[in-house]
Amino acid sequence: MSRPTAISTRRYFPAVLGLGSFAAFVLLVELLVFADVFNRFIIPPPSDVLAAFPRVIMDEHVLSRFVLTAGEALAASVLVTIFGVAGGVLLYQFNLLRRATETWVAAIAAAPLVLMYPLYLVIFGRNATTIVMMGFTAGLAPIILKTLEGLAGTRRVLINVGRSFNLTRSQQFWKILFPAALPTIFVGMRLGLIFALINIVGVEYLINFGGLGQLINELAERYDLAGTYAAICFVILVSIIVFMLTERLERWLRPAG
Amino acid sequence: MAETGRLSVATRGTGWIREHPVTVLRIFIIVTVLLVWEGLAQSGLLYRDVVPSLGKIGASLIQLLTVPDLPWRVDIPWLGIATDIRVPSLYWHLYATFYEIVLGMLIGGVSGLAVGILLGGSKLMQRAYEPFLYYLGPCPKIIFFPVMIMWFGVGPGSKVAMGAISCFFPVALNVAGGMREIDKVLIRVGRSFRANTWQMVTKIYMPAMRHPIINGMRLGLGVCLIGALLAETKLSNRGVGFLVIQAYTLFDMPLMYSLLIVLFVISIGANALIGRLGGLDTIKRS
Repeated sequence: MSRPTAISTRRYFPAVLGLGSFAAFVLLVELLVFADVFNRFIIPPPSDVLAAFPRVIMDEHVLSRFVLTAGEALAASVLVTIFGVAGGVLLYQFNLLRRATETWVAAIAAAPLVLMYPLYLVIFGRNATTIVMMGFTAGLAPIILKTLEGLAGTRRVLINVGRSFNLTRSQQFWKILFPAALPTIFVGMRLGLIFALINIVGVEYLINFGGLGQLINELAERYDLAGTYAAICFVILVSIIVFMLTERLERWLRPAG
Repeated sequence: MAETGRLSVATRGTGWIREHPVTVLRIFIIVTVLLVWEGLAQSGLLYRDVVPSLGKIGASLIQLLTVPDLPWRVDIPWLGIATDIRVPSLYWHLYATFYEIVLGMLIGGVSGLAVGILLGGSKLMQRAYEPFLYYLGPCPKIIFFPVMIMWFGVGPGSKVAMGAISCFFPVALNVAGGMREIDKVLIRVGRSFRANTWQMVTKIYMPAMRHPIINGMRLGLGVCLIGALLAETKLSNRGVGFLVIQAYTLFDMPLMYSLLIVLFVISIGANALIGRLGGLDTIKRS
């Protein structure tokens, strides 16, 4: 009777410790602000931030902003998936092209592409297209590389099975290569989505246009401190939820064992 | 005789192309892209100056790199040097950005290393606190910039803080992962020699985690650069990020392209350099 209780206590203790430490930290900040150790005009009391949540959600139309940001992220993700997977397949099919450009794609993935946003502002204007294109640009390279990795990592035995069945080039791709590479491709899609989302919220904030990123900028410019902190917490929550969902989906797609 | 000579030169040329198909394809791609670009610039299909001609970009790049347009007082008292020089303003702005990035990397990197060692060294700490880092890591860090402005002001401090926050997460997560990969025998050897915590960190953990640390630093450098430069584009009067947004404000497109070229070359170069210095290219893959 006591053994399962001990096991479950041991199992949940780290999570309780983590959340408890976080709660203790928030409480400490609250006390330090009330004791005037922290300036409340720089760090608002956490209770104020908590109280600002309903106001930010209702008055600042967080839901419609969230839908806008999610729509931009979705558009960027669809573009990234189409062009990224196609790019990866192209590089896999043409080995010479792969040898010539793979290092370039890797270098682009490491470059601070988000700094091109002023250029996109000039080309597309201050609108959602700039934000979507920025997300697309940022997410493209990882998905190309992961698609290539997935296709190139297909087990030799599977390819030989396809050959022994005299599969055509197209059948070989759709029945052997693509299903085998799908888990890795999904890792790339997840990376691409995360990169796109980071850049979308970032550019929204920088150009003061769009959904959740703009909300933070507007609240900060109004010097609504509690609101700014609440909006930041909201964006963090949204990105954590997106991250967890994609992680679950990836685990579900990955073959067992 | 002449015919034979011509033939051998032609054969040699074809032979070189056959031997170096990758180089040939690369040159072909670059030339095609440049030709398409120049064609677009000359055609007037896009808005004027959005795609400036290669000549204009080249001239702007040369001017950016070579024309000394900024007076700069060099004052190094301990060397007895105090003189006024003129330099291209790019270098002064690069210096400002470099300062922010180095300081950001130092603060974010060292704190990330310490937290990574703490989390990687204890199962309880890892399970209690690593999920916070794991889930906060992919959040867009630029959203913290308004807070950083309030805490550290509009000067370089807030950009350093942005760089440090951005750099902290990849370093901490990589080091924590690296700690768990250390061969247990090495740790037992350290303990059997009764090494204290500092000796364990400097003599066992750090050398054994060289690759994860360098990898984290490499990732950290990329995001630190982005964090600091984006902050400069938002609110600053110095740094390369400021130059980029100023070029946008003045609609000086050749300058903007030149700055982006300089930035991409520097960031890709720095990334490759850290990888090479850390010996990432020597890792044996199983």
